[in-house]
Parts: sequence; C-alpha cells; structure tokens
Amino acid sequence: MMIASNNMILEAKHLVKEYKQRSGRFGLGETVIKALDDVSISLKKGSTLAVVGESGSGKSTLARCLLQLHPFNSGEVLFHGQSLGKLDTAALRHARKNLQMVFQDPFASLNPRMRIGDIVGEGLLVHDLGNANERLKKVQEMLERVGLKPEDVSKYPHQFSGGQRQRIGIARALVLEPEVVVCDEPVSALDVSVQAQILLLLKRLQAEMQLSYVFITHDLRVVRHIADEIVVMNKGKIVEQGEVNTIYQSPQQSYTRDLLKAIPGQQ
Amino acid sequence: MTEILNIAHLNIALKKEPTRLLVKDVAFQLSAGKTTCIVGESGSGKSLTALTVMGLLSQQLLATGQVLFNGVDLTTLNNKEMQSIRGAQIGMIFQEPMTSLNPVLTVGYQIGEVLSAHKGLKGETLALKVGQLLTQVGISADRANSYPDELSGGQRQRVMVAMSIACEPALLIADEPTTALDVTVQAQILTLLDELKNRMQMAMLFITHDFGVVSDIADDVIVMFRGEIVEAGSKEQVLGNPQHPYTKALLDCVPDVAGKKTLKPIDYAWLNQNKVAG
Repeated sequence: MMIASNNMILEAKHLVKEYKQRSGRFGLGETVIKALDDVSISLKKGSTLAVVGESGSGKSTLARCLLQLHPFNSGEVLFHGQSLGKLDTAALRHARKNLQMVFQDPFASLNPRMRIGDIVGEGLLVHDLGNANERLKKVQEMLERVGLKPEDVSKYPHQFSGGQRQRIGIARALVLEPEVVVCDEPVSALDVSVQAQILLLLKRLQAEMQLSYVFITHDLRVVRHIADEIVVMNKGKIVEQGEVNTIYQSPQQSYTRDLLKAIPGQQ
Repeated sequence: MTEILNIAHLNIALKKEPTRLLVKDVAFQLSAGKTTCIVGESGSGKSLTALTVMGLLSQQLLATGQVLFNGVDLTTLNNKEMQSIRGAQIGMIFQEPMTSLNPVLTVGYQIGEVLSAHKGLKGETLALKVGQLLTQVGISADRANSYPDELSGGQRQRVMVAMSIACEPALLIADEPTTALDVTVQAQILTLLDELKNRMQMAMLFITHDFGVVSDIADDVIVMFRGEIVEAGSKEQVLGNPQHPYTKALLDCVPDVAGKKTLKPIDYAWLNQNKVAG
C-alpha cells in the first residue's frame, strides 16, 4: 500500500539482507539465510508502526538496517525521501541525530562504568551541541521529562531498577530531539506494572515531541495499545501489513491468524 | 481432593539479616490435578517460595515454617533425603531451557539420567522409556541423540518437560516456563503442560507474571506483593472480581488484546500510604 510519499518520514524499499552460515560436515558448506527478503515499510510522520514477529522473523535485523547499523545487500532506506545509503559518513552522522534507538535490555545497553549524565549527554557531545553547562542542563531536563531526577546525572546504571534504566535509555534517545525513534522490544524485559508505565511514557513523549516510532515487538497485546499500523513478519518476509484495528479484526493471512490466536488469556 | 502440598507460616530471610523478611507468613495448599499460579512482580517472593519447596534455596537464605509434601515436612529433610524427592516426586521446569540443559550431553542422556538415578533403569528399558517420554512431549524418539543446540527453544523446553515428568511426580513446579518463548510456542507448551497435568493428576505450581497465561492455565491464583500473599482464590474470583487494591492495580496494568482498556500504572505511593502490604 503506497500512500503519497510526502507525509512518510521513513521508508524502507525492497530491503534484502543475507547472512551466510557455515553448514554441513566441518562447516565446509554454506547456507544463505535471508534475514530480510524484499522488505518494504513506510512510517507516517507522528505515527507508530509496529513490526511484529517471532524470534528469527527478521524484525530486529530490520530495526538495525533502518538505522544503518547493519549493512544490507540491496534496497534502500529513505529518510524524508533522501536515501541514507548515499550519504557520506558526516552526513549520515548528522541524519542519525534524528534517528535514534531504544534497546530491549536496559541492563546490557547502558555502560556500567559511565555516569547517567555522560550516558544521556554523549549524543549531545558527539553532535557538538552546546557547551558543558548547556549540555548538563539539557540532560537534566530530559531526565525529569522521563520521570527521573536531575541529580541522577551523577549516579551509575547499577543504582537503578530495570524500569528506571529503560527511562534512561529513552532519555538518551530523546535528548537529541530526534524525529524517528526505533524501539526494539523496549518493554519485553519489564514487569507488567513497569511495562504500563513505560508504554504511557512513550505515548506521552510522542505527543509532546511529535515523534514517529518504529516499535519492534513480539507482544501483540502491547501492539494494540501503542501502534497505528502494523507489519507482520515471518522468516524475513512481510506476511501482512495495514492499520492495526483492521488486522486484528480481520487478519487475511493464516500466519497472522495463528499469531493472534496464540495470544494467551483470550477466553 | 488429595492434598499434595501444604505450606504454612513460611518466612524467608537473609541469614545475615533475619529480621527483614523477604517472604512473610506465606500459606497455601495444592491439590492433585489442580494448577495454582503465583503471580507478582519481580522481587515479590514468588520464586523464593518455589525454590523453598524444591529445597534449592540459596545457602545465604533461611526458610522457617512448614512445607508439608505428602505429609512430610520438607524443611526438616537433609540434602540426601531431599535429593531422593527432588526430580522423582517433585518435578521442575525453569525459564531458560538453554541454560538448564547441559550442552555437551545428548538430550536422551539427560532425560535418562533422571530415570537411572531415581528408578535404577538402564540399557534397553531406559532407552525405551526415554523414547516414550520424548514422544509424549511431542518430539520424535530418534531426537534422543540430538544435542540441545540442535533443537529449537520450544523443543528444548519440551525436553525439560520430559525430564520433569520422567518419574511421574506428584507435584510439578514450573517457574516462568514460557517467558522466553514465542507466543505460538508458548501456546503449545501450555497446552502440553495442561494435558500432562490432567493425565497424570499432578498438582502444578506455576509461577508467572503474565495474566494472559494465568487465565489460560490456572485453577487457583495466588497474588504476591513484597513477600506477602495479598490475595488468593479461584481464577474466576481473583481475575474476575479482585478484592485487594494491589490485585486491582496490577490487573489495570495488563494490556488487553482488544486495546479497549486504558492502561494505568500502579500508584505505589497510594499503596504505601494506605499500608496495603509490606
């Protein structure tokens, strides 16, 4: 479904990503695994696009390819209609200011030896935004915005709970005031109570900062609460995509139906 | 209904800090053929309670109270006595099938180990029984020679299930057995566990933080918060008509498939103010 390109903030066109895996006796053979097989998606400005699939479906690979963190074999990623692959290093870095990521594991994604102020402020430093004082002020403001305290800047990650760490991860992504945030399973490592807090926080920040989200998840209950559109992936291919309510109410593909049927707690 | 497990006045604390209770005055009973789910957030004491029943509590912790299993108080048993019960009369399944299985031994060997240790089976009889168990959990018998890394996550968890039911235990403890699995695989494992429980009339203690899973598999539900049981009852009561403010708050956090519900995070300040627990 191609809607007029102009209100699309981020688009992927015909992405193909292949991994080579050694196989057979002594690993002499080679099997090509298609992690992404002709994947095209488009993200409307200010909306949330959920990418759903089981492990091995290619959803995390897609997230990384969108941000050019992974090289891919063919296809292109367009940000405001401009192909990111054609940018040189400096221009890509500049574009990345507007393309940020929130990771799944709040324990693994924060450097344990860095203070929160340095973790959240690193992006500002890299992009040379403001002097030390201005950066600190910005970091503190951002921390407050995600529900932490300004004085947390001098603490280390281990002093925070899982939910608080995820807030730090969100602050790090948003301090640069990006336009697009790719969230890779941001709530799957959290308790339901904390999950609800983070989902509401992400929604509030989306409204306040006019963010567009690509939301990678395997949890179809979460999708219903956060997404406007949904892409269902299986084995590197897009099985079905469309508006969330339409897909939940009348899934067209048997794989989507199986996935929806497997959600626990429906009777 | 046959009572299998009866826990009363169970307290767990750090040996170094015996006054600060991590699990406080926990009491519940399990009956044959019934599934009881313990739900709660991380740190609520649900896993500590399960570990006590299995006799696997860390040396740094001390459990006091009564844990009657088929009339025997498990807290009074020594290691050797506990070993003869664990694996034989009490089966266990953990969250991460990959870390629970030994990567350098075939799955058939690992299932067989349980049977040779507790039942003294060997040779042909052992191989036959291992094959039967694999078939029972939906894996073809010839996969006995496979190593854990040759199996998918769901198959590995099926192997864990086969190990845990090998000696036909009276009690099966499953600590978040499907949390690491995809939804479709999760649905399969839940169905498998439910079938086995009914066929073998086991009592099942199922630990989870997923209310969807609870509503699919539980007969009874126990809600834990900060080391205490705040509410317990039948699934219909606890999920359908929760009485305790914490249970209500927890249920308000759970996203529904229909997407109609407004998510509401738990107001811990309110809970603290009204001293609901802890």
